[in-house]
This record gives sequence, structure tokens and C-alpha cells, in this order.
Amino acid sequence: MSLRTPLGRVRGLGSAKDGVGHWWLQRVTAVALVPLAVILVGMMLHLARADHATVLAYMGHTYVATFTALGLIAAFWHLKLGIQVVVEDYVHTERLKVAALLANTFGCIVFAGLGVVAVLTLAAGV
Amino acid sequence: MAEFSLPANSRVGKGKFHPAPAGAKRVKRFNIYRWNPDDGQNPRLDTFEVDLDDCSPMVLDALIKIKNEVDASVTFRRSCREGVCGSCAMNVDGTNTLACIKAIDDVGGDVNVYPLPHLPVVKDLVPDLSTFYAQYAAIEPWLQSESAAPAKERLQSREERAKLDGLYECVMCACCSTACPSYWWNGDRYLGPAILLQAYRWLVDSRDEATGERLDALEDPFRLYRCHTIMNCAKTCPKHLNPAKAIAEIKKMMVERR
Repeated sequence: MSLRTPLGRVRGLGSAKDGVGHWWLQRVTAVALVPLAVILVGMMLHLARADHATVLAYMGHTYVATFTALGLIAAFWHLKLGIQVVVEDYVHTERLKVAALLANTFGCIVFAGLGVVAVLTLAAGV
Repeated sequence: MAEFSLPANSRVGKGKFHPAPAGAKRVKRFNIYRWNPDDGQNPRLDTFEVDLDDCSPMVLDALIKIKNEVDASVTFRRSCREGVCGSCAMNVDGTNTLACIKAIDDVGGDVNVYPLPHLPVVKDLVPDLSTFYAQYAAIEPWLQSESAAPAKERLQSREERAKLDGLYECVMCACCSTACPSYWWNGDRYLGPAILLQAYRWLVDSRDEATGERLDALEDPFRLYRCHTIMNCAKTCPKHLNPAKAIAEIKKMMVERR
């Protein structure tokens, strides 16, 4: 029960002066992913039936390693921004929302990190 | 979490049946949502049979006929009966529209009439628009200028005036906002398509000098950026406007000033 006026409720805590950066980065990562996704899928198809030695040699190329790592970073960054919006849209219990947003951020960073390190390991031929 | 099912006291039950008068040839059934805050009952769907040979062509005409001749307690808002006041916005045949410019013949089968979705109901087809109007007030929908007022009118070039086309026609009926899933889930913080179209109407008005302050007030993950270009707003607008485009233009202005 609240006797606050509708205008008071609508104005609330005011504008966050934020959101443009999120919106812009979602588009930047989307644009980046157009060529990067094509490259990644093409590489996976190319290596689908290759043996270990061939994959090692292929991933040792500087350009291959670079674009694979960049593709992973762009994909997980885009994923993080997208899931954040879904959580903000649907999860209205404050504690659950904060927990979900943290899990999303950490999860995306961890998986991107694992992917990049795996690419570097392959590139170094370890 | 977002609620996807109706609470028990909102489930709609079967209501009364009012048959057409004897001898009626072209009979159309109107299933109308009824809810009375005073009787403690759940909402119900009353069915009224209307003789189309004895009724004007629009859905609002049938509602007025029903109220006049069958059940005077049927409650709805209406005023201009020609699509300029925005009062008779309701959900007809599954789509939000103005009952006064929705032809009965355009509805195949029964005509199902519900109040605008996802708003508290005051009674029958009358929704509570307090938050909607407060959101309109919050964007300060009036011309703001610090320059000294000219002796006569504030001038605009033809091109500047043309930018208001597709915006000034909005009658604030709330059909678009209440058709927007983002507004359903976050209507307390998201301003919704109608209000954002109005906000853009002032942002592009060449006579207004508060563009920056207006953008400041809108720059918010919820107030503006809950729009996910679902496009229900443009699809449902009874005036054939495109609120989604206005919102996209606001987002472009936000980037432009960075």
C-alpha cells in the first residue's frame, strides 16, 4: 500500500543517465560477429575431420589464432549484454536479479577466458 | 519474476446470455468482459446478440446500442465516436483498437471485447490509466524555450514542420503501450511506446530548446531502452502511426550526442 502520487512513482529515483553504452556495444559486437562468426564456422567445418597434428598446425597460424580469440571475445561479450537484458526484463525479485546478473557476468568472462587461453595454448603448440 | 498466469480472482467465468430480438436476420454475437468492483465476483464474459440490420456499423455503435437497449450497466469510455479523442480504446477481436473506428464487419465470427490488456480494471471495459498519464506528465509535454517569446507566433520552416507528421496525430489512446510486452513486464519503469512517441514529438520540434534536458531524462536502461523493437505498437496503432520508429530515432539521437 502506497499513497505516493503516480507522478512521484513514475519519476522514482530519476534517470540513470546510462544505457547508451550498452545499446551501442551490443550493436558493435553484433557487427563484429558477422565476419567473425563466418570465419569461426568455416574453420570448424574445415577442421571437422582433421587429426590432432593438423589442428595444431592450423591453429598455429597467427591470423587463425587471432580471429578465433577475437570471435570468442565478441561472442561472449554479446552474450553477456543479451542475457543481462533478459534478466532485467523478467526477474523482478531484487536479490535473484543481482545474483543472476553476477552469474551472467562471471560466467561469460570465465568461458571467454577459458576459450582464449585454449586458443593461445593451441597456438603455442603446447 | 514476471507473472504468466492470472491470479485466481482474475479468472474470467461464463456470464449472462442476451439473445437477439425475435425476427432478427443478421445476428452478431458480442462477448463482453464484465467486472464490477463492488460485487466481489470474478470477471465474467457476457454474450449479447445484436441485430446488425438495426445497428450502426462500428463496434462502439453496438456497445452503445447494448447499453441503451439491453444492459445499462455495461461500462466503457467513449466521447468523439470518430477516432480523435482516444477514449474508447479497448481490445476487440484480440487487437487493441478504438471501438469507434473498428467496423463490426471486419471481425469474422463473434466479436470479443476486453479492456486494454495488463492494466488494473476500474470496471468492465474501463482500465486505470493513472500511471500512463503520470508517465506522460513526466516527459513534460509542452514547448520549452528560454529565448524571449516573439511578438507573434514561433516560426517553423516547412521542413521543420514536416518532422512532426506521423507524431502529432497520436491521440494517446494507450493501444500501443498496452500491446507492448516490455510495457507489460516493466510498465512501472519503462515509459512505453505512446509516451516515447510523444517525447520524440518534442525532441524534434524545432521550436523547443530543451532537447538536451529531454534526452537526459530519457537516458535510462528502463525508461527508454526496454524497447526491444517487438513492433506490436506499430501493428496495433489505430491511427497507423509507428511508435517503434520514433523510439529508434530517440536511440539514434542518444548516440549522436556522445
